[in-house]
Amino acid sequence: MTTPTDALHVDQENPLSEGLERLPVHPTSLIIFGATGDLAHRKLLPALYNLAHEGQLPERFELVGVGRRDQEHEDFRDAALDSIQRYSRRKPDPDVLEGLVENMRYVQGDFDNDGVYGDLVRTLKEFDEDAGRRLNRVFYLSTAPEFFPLIAGKLGEAGLARDDEVEVRVVIEKPFGYDLASARKLNAQLLEVFDEPQIFRIDHYLGKETVQNLMALRFANALFEPVWNRNYIDHVQITAAEDIGIGGRAGYYEGAGALRDLVQNHMLQLLALLAMEPPTAFDADRLRDEKLKVLEAIVPPLVEDVASMTVRAQYASGVAGGEKVPGYLEEPGVAPDSRTPTYAALRLHVSNWRWAGVPFYLRTGKRMARKVTEIAVILKPVPHIALQSQGSVGIQANQIVFTLQPDEGVSVSIGAKIPGPRMRIRPVNMDFRYGTSFLSESPEAYERLILDAMRGDATLFTRNDEIEALWGIIDPILTAWEQDTTSPIPQYPAGSAGPEEANQLVTDDRRWRRL
Amino acid sequence: MSEDVWSEQDTDPDAIEAALRWLLRTRHAENEALIPARVLNLVVIVDRDWKGEVANRLERVGRYQASRTILCTVEPGRTTLDAVATVSYEEPGAGKIGVVREQIELDLGPEHLEALDTVVDPILISEMPTIVWSPHGYAEAVQRLLPVTDVILLDSDDLPDPAQAFERASSLCDRVYVVDLAWLRTTPWRERLAASFDLRERAPALRVVSELEIRHQETSTASGLLLAGWLASRLHWQRAPLSGTPGESLSGSVDRPDGEVELRLRNRAQTSPGLGGVTVACEPGLRLSLDRGRGGLDADETNPDGEERRWKILGASRGEGGILGEGVRQALLRDPTYPAALRAARELCPA
Repeated sequence: MTTPTDALHVDQENPLSEGLERLPVHPTSLIIFGATGDLAHRKLLPALYNLAHEGQLPERFELVGVGRRDQEHEDFRDAALDSIQRYSRRKPDPDVLEGLVENMRYVQGDFDNDGVYGDLVRTLKEFDEDAGRRLNRVFYLSTAPEFFPLIAGKLGEAGLARDDEVEVRVVIEKPFGYDLASARKLNAQLLEVFDEPQIFRIDHYLGKETVQNLMALRFANALFEPVWNRNYIDHVQITAAEDIGIGGRAGYYEGAGALRDLVQNHMLQLLALLAMEPPTAFDADRLRDEKLKVLEAIVPPLVEDVASMTVRAQYASGVAGGEKVPGYLEEPGVAPDSRTPTYAALRLHVSNWRWAGVPFYLRTGKRMARKVTEIAVILKPVPHIALQSQGSVGIQANQIVFTLQPDEGVSVSIGAKIPGPRMRIRPVNMDFRYGTSFLSESPEAYERLILDAMRGDATLFTRNDEIEALWGIIDPILTAWEQDTTSPIPQYPAGSAGPEEANQLVTDDRRWRRL
Repeated sequence: MSEDVWSEQDTDPDAIEAALRWLLRTRHAENEALIPARVLNLVVIVDRDWKGEVANRLERVGRYQASRTILCTVEPGRTTLDAVATVSYEEPGAGKIGVVREQIELDLGPEHLEALDTVVDPILISEMPTIVWSPHGYAEAVQRLLPVTDVILLDSDDLPDPAQAFERASSLCDRVYVVDLAWLRTTPWRERLAASFDLRERAPALRVVSELEIRHQETSTASGLLLAGWLASRLHWQRAPLSGTPGESLSGSVDRPDGEVELRLRNRAQTSPGLGGVTVACEPGLRLSLDRGRGGLDADETNPDGEERRWKILGASRGEGGILGEGVRQALLRDPTYPAALRAARELCPA
């Protein structure tokens, strides 16, 4: 019989790796396309600094920024320095920071310009020569999505997409496609240049500790598995509410809307992790196989059923945080007759043995009462109540709530007796909060994901068939909403819990959890 | 940081425990967002004269503070038990939670140490791991606490004779999980060596290591020996005692399959404890040196063709505060490679 320890020995080719928390990462050149963009400066560069600070970058690490902005290497380094100082989760160590930025290079040009790729080839060759060995390559596409196929194609033409001696990987930021057809097309375009194991489609939610903890809680505790099915679970609510509006992102948001912005990717990923069968091993393909099965078990609504299974809405003017705020249609850059939803709620069903008949309610919105992302699993009530509930709020169904933000943790509600002479019951919470139960601070999701991409571990990235399954669920809803050009879009006041219409989605005496 | 404080002279554990419960309940009633940390208990036994220094070290561990710290200060001649209990917290912002940590300072005398478990056990938070750290000795008190201890935190660099330090760690390993700060000082070096020899072109060289030199601060011979012991245990080298004087230099040779490894440990002038550099030479001519530098490690590699390359491997020093904090964090983890490295390090100690 093979014990887990034996298995470790079998897998462990490097005898020095056993027992180490940080696994080796091979020397790498990281090339960020869109290096002057917001994501690179707010997230990617600070994440790279924190990896450097903790000694987690590979022994040889080189970074090339590619962008359209006309600037010199020195300008790019200065901007990187400034972004890291401003957005890093820890105060930078001056020596480490200097070491990280001093050899950064910048390649300027339009992404369709062959010269950019020629410059890249030369720069990467210089890095290799300086290191005396070939460095692995990770191309990080942090650009507008229309450039993904173009850049991939140009990388292929320049001979940068495949290499017999070193690993070449490409990280694709969201959004991956605009609908099912465009996602399929993009997959096909990428697969003409790269093999699927080279492609890392990022969904930064999957890099969050709480999301990974969802799997730990389900599969490392015997307590939950017996009730994790239609016999005990009444329904599931997944909420991603934001208290802010669209800010200056009208250009992006008008084309995306709530469904594409959060439901198609993050929220359906959460659903898949919550509902999947236990994988036989925690590796990229076995985990993603199980997620795929769940996604394929979600029957996409027929176009004619969309109206009864979904609700869309826009925020109207209102009061948020004590201040008057404009409605969506009054936001700068938004068309006055825009039908883009800032709120979406869905009722979905997972048609398999475990989940038959259990509704999964998803809702997301901008300018809602508060910022919260959570998954609530609401159990069925006890079959017989011998206790009187008079004089109290009574016995309520147990709830298991995973909070992703603002405070990462898990809470289980249970009924408990109120102190006193009478048998009165009220729900109380058993809470687990990361801040109180672990000493370590959770790393930023991007730190984990960048490191995984450099190591070639795709477990927390989305596979091509998964992406298409995700779009397959959303596509009919998008179609129905786009075909309906006349029904009024429901409005909800900014700072509220969402539109009244969403309450009709939650049937059979159920109700949305209070935000 | 805000604090609520209770104190009493000539007190007893029941009173202390009741006072802490009252402090926590009162604070929670005033602000429900303040929640006690529930990660682990830390019991520290210190000489009265060094209490301030140890308290400073504990403060520098930052976020790695234990949930409940019990600082036992031993004062010669004292016969009474005095206590100060403090709960500290930062008021959380709207919609956030704030973590409350507890500290109990016990002033006690040598006679209390004979039954220290009866003082400490009632004021531990149950169902949470308990770490004991006794940097100034008090081996009997540690023995008394072993039944309620999950993890012993010690520092093999504390004792001038590494053989004695390893003997102490080994005997404790048989009874509880040991976190050795001297071992944690080697962590970044172990990670870097593992990564360096993970490369396809370097990996085969691990089987033919011919020289190993470890440079360390003069008080950190134990750390150096543990790093050597780790390599010896992972690479199946036959160990034999080195010759020389700990704190100055040690050298000798050990057998590996199909060959011999020259081993040297020598002092390196540096202000902070721990390792300063390591050189691994392999047949037929690969030599890799890593040395502490500004902003990380200075790497120097000579390949079998005689080509030399130098570069910087980025990383910030954790400092001694960081090492202690890491020690507390490691109490929640389990490192399967330390016992074997410790056994090998003992075998490398000069006879």
